[in-house]
Amino acid sequence: MSVLLQYLFDALNLGSLYALGALGIALIFGIMRLVNFAHGDYIAFCVFALLWPSIDAGAIVFLGNLPFWALIPVVLATGAALSMLSEVLVFRYFRNANPATMMIASFALGFVIKHFLLMLYSSRPKSINLWPDLSLPVEILGARIPLLQVITIAITLVILLLLTTFLKRTRYGLEMRAAAENFTMARMLGVRANRVILAAFAISGMLAAAIGLILATNSGTADIAMGANVMLIAFIATVIGGLGSLPGAVAAGFLIGAASVLFQATLPHDARVFRDAFVYGAVIVVLLVRPQGLFAPNSAKQRV
Amino acid sequence: MAARAPVLIRTIAMPVILILALLVIAFLTYQFGSRPFNRTVVEAFINIMLVVGLYVFVGNSGVLSFGHISFMCLGAYMTAWLTIPPTLKSVTLKGLPDWLLHTQLPMWVATPVSALFAALFALLVGRIIMRLSGIAASIATFGLLGVVNNVYSNWDSVTGGQGSIVGIPPTVNVWVGWFGAAIAITIAYFYSISRSGLALRAARDEPVAASASGIDIVRERLIAFVVSAFIIGFAGALYAHFLSIVNPGSFYLRTTFITLAMLVVGGMSSLTGAVAGVAVLSAIIELLRQLEKGVNLGGLVVGIPNGVQEIAIGLIMVGILMFLPAGLTRNRELSWNGWPFGRRSAGS
Repeated sequence: MSVLLQYLFDALNLGSLYALGALGIALIFGIMRLVNFAHGDYIAFCVFALLWPSIDAGAIVFLGNLPFWALIPVVLATGAALSMLSEVLVFRYFRNANPATMMIASFALGFVIKHFLLMLYSSRPKSINLWPDLSLPVEILGARIPLLQVITIAITLVILLLLTTFLKRTRYGLEMRAAAENFTMARMLGVRANRVILAAFAISGMLAAAIGLILATNSGTADIAMGANVMLIAFIATVIGGLGSLPGAVAAGFLIGAASVLFQATLPHDARVFRDAFVYGAVIVVLLVRPQGLFAPNSAKQRV
Repeated sequence: MAARAPVLIRTIAMPVILILALLVIAFLTYQFGSRPFNRTVVEAFINIMLVVGLYVFVGNSGVLSFGHISFMCLGAYMTAWLTIPPTLKSVTLKGLPDWLLHTQLPMWVATPVSALFAALFALLVGRIIMRLSGIAASIATFGLLGVVNNVYSNWDSVTGGQGSIVGIPPTVNVWVGWFGAAIAITIAYFYSISRSGLALRAARDEPVAASASGIDIVRERLIAFVVSAFIIGFAGALYAHFLSIVNPGSFYLRTTFITLAMLVVGGMSSLTGAVAGVAVLSAIIELLRQLEKGVNLGGLVVGIPNGVQEIAIGLIMVGILMFLPAGLTRNRELSWNGWPFGRRSAGS
């Protein structure tokens, strides 16, 4: 029983990360048909913002020294700022470009951010000791679960609730949903395009920062590749969730998290390093059955 | 209106000129170039193969692919398995099946076999990925890159894991590089004037009208996918014989990015653009590489910090996309009529 519970928490924990990542991508995709390949590099940027730039092996803690009540808003603001900056400097010029062009542009932007970080921090992973108390286990119904997992899941649920409230109950949220449904029509009805898009980028950047904080606390290291791994899965999650569907992205994120833990638990020991390959295999099976994704939104249907 | 000459006669000049221009470069390099310069040119020829292969799929279908470098990986490892001497293989790659462990093929047999292997793999995964819509297909190819990298960097007994496989016969010089590039250009040209290539470009420009005219978009995309995988697998095999070592890290995001950048800079839907993009970006990369090493200015060595090269390429790419979204060639092909970039011919 306690083993099962352990797996359940593992699945929810991993699923939370993927869901937050997928949400950040789907939010932007829904509004401007941009698949933001730079999202993974936003995550890495936020993690490295905790450290002072140096190419030495040792890490010099910078933002990481702040108490947690100041640290969290500052890191979230960093993510939001970077994301909004990329919209103002780059993506704004691609409003009328086709999705493929925007995709390459975001890929290029991600490459620039990544190599900027590499230049400042070198490619060696660095240790960050952020809130070590959180890795202590707590007892829940006889299972020993790391406190961080519980917090991650709780935070994700809170974020999802807040975001749902924002999208359903506020004026900005309404405008954002209208823009995602039909951007041209929304503009004609008085939605300010740039403001809505900027807000979406800000939220997406904050989601990236949240993932960065969780990853940094979890692994205790800052590694340039840490964003890319989550991102790859989050992209896949947005595809099986149905491109542009926010609930679909979240559900698919949790589904992939569950599938990963399931494979991790059931695969023979030698095959475990290929867990991700098995997860992708499962994804391909899903796509064979439903090429449009599990929850394709109405706006994805092609109008002739 | 007078009967027009067949498309072959109207457009054959373009690949011939490209191949001859490369031949001149190969000849000059072989005669006058230093050893490091020879290596730079061979690398550029291999990049031409990669980018031309990418063009066959991306240019004709309009679907962006981030996964084609995985075919390079497949080709490179396959030729390594086939050509490394069995005595060496039985020590470093114990997990290979017996028949593979005891074969050793010459390079000119092993490289086409490796390319066919990559094409076969593309046929299998393409049947699934090509069913997706454009954007979803792009993301799925990104997943493909992740899977292949995951498998090749962890299957220690067969691929040597994260480390490098050594002992591949280093048989690629400038002439072999040129030959590879010429083959790639020829295949790409004949594909783009073929029935399938024409149908695919029609589907790229007007998907609804094309499928209403009876074009099976999924099927045509799959054909282009397999052809491009063949070219890129071939390029990967030559790359392995060029460096004589392979490791999974060289077939991941960086190479994907550089090849895409080359395609974009030249013009995504033009074969001339694919070749031109490689030429321009290779020159810029080489220049920045020299600057990173430092330039001697009257006893004072001035250099730019490491990493500027990548950042600069990224910025160039964003700039090109912003201001010249159709690339340096404006997506046109080289042809005799209205020299040099007069009209859209094979690639339009």
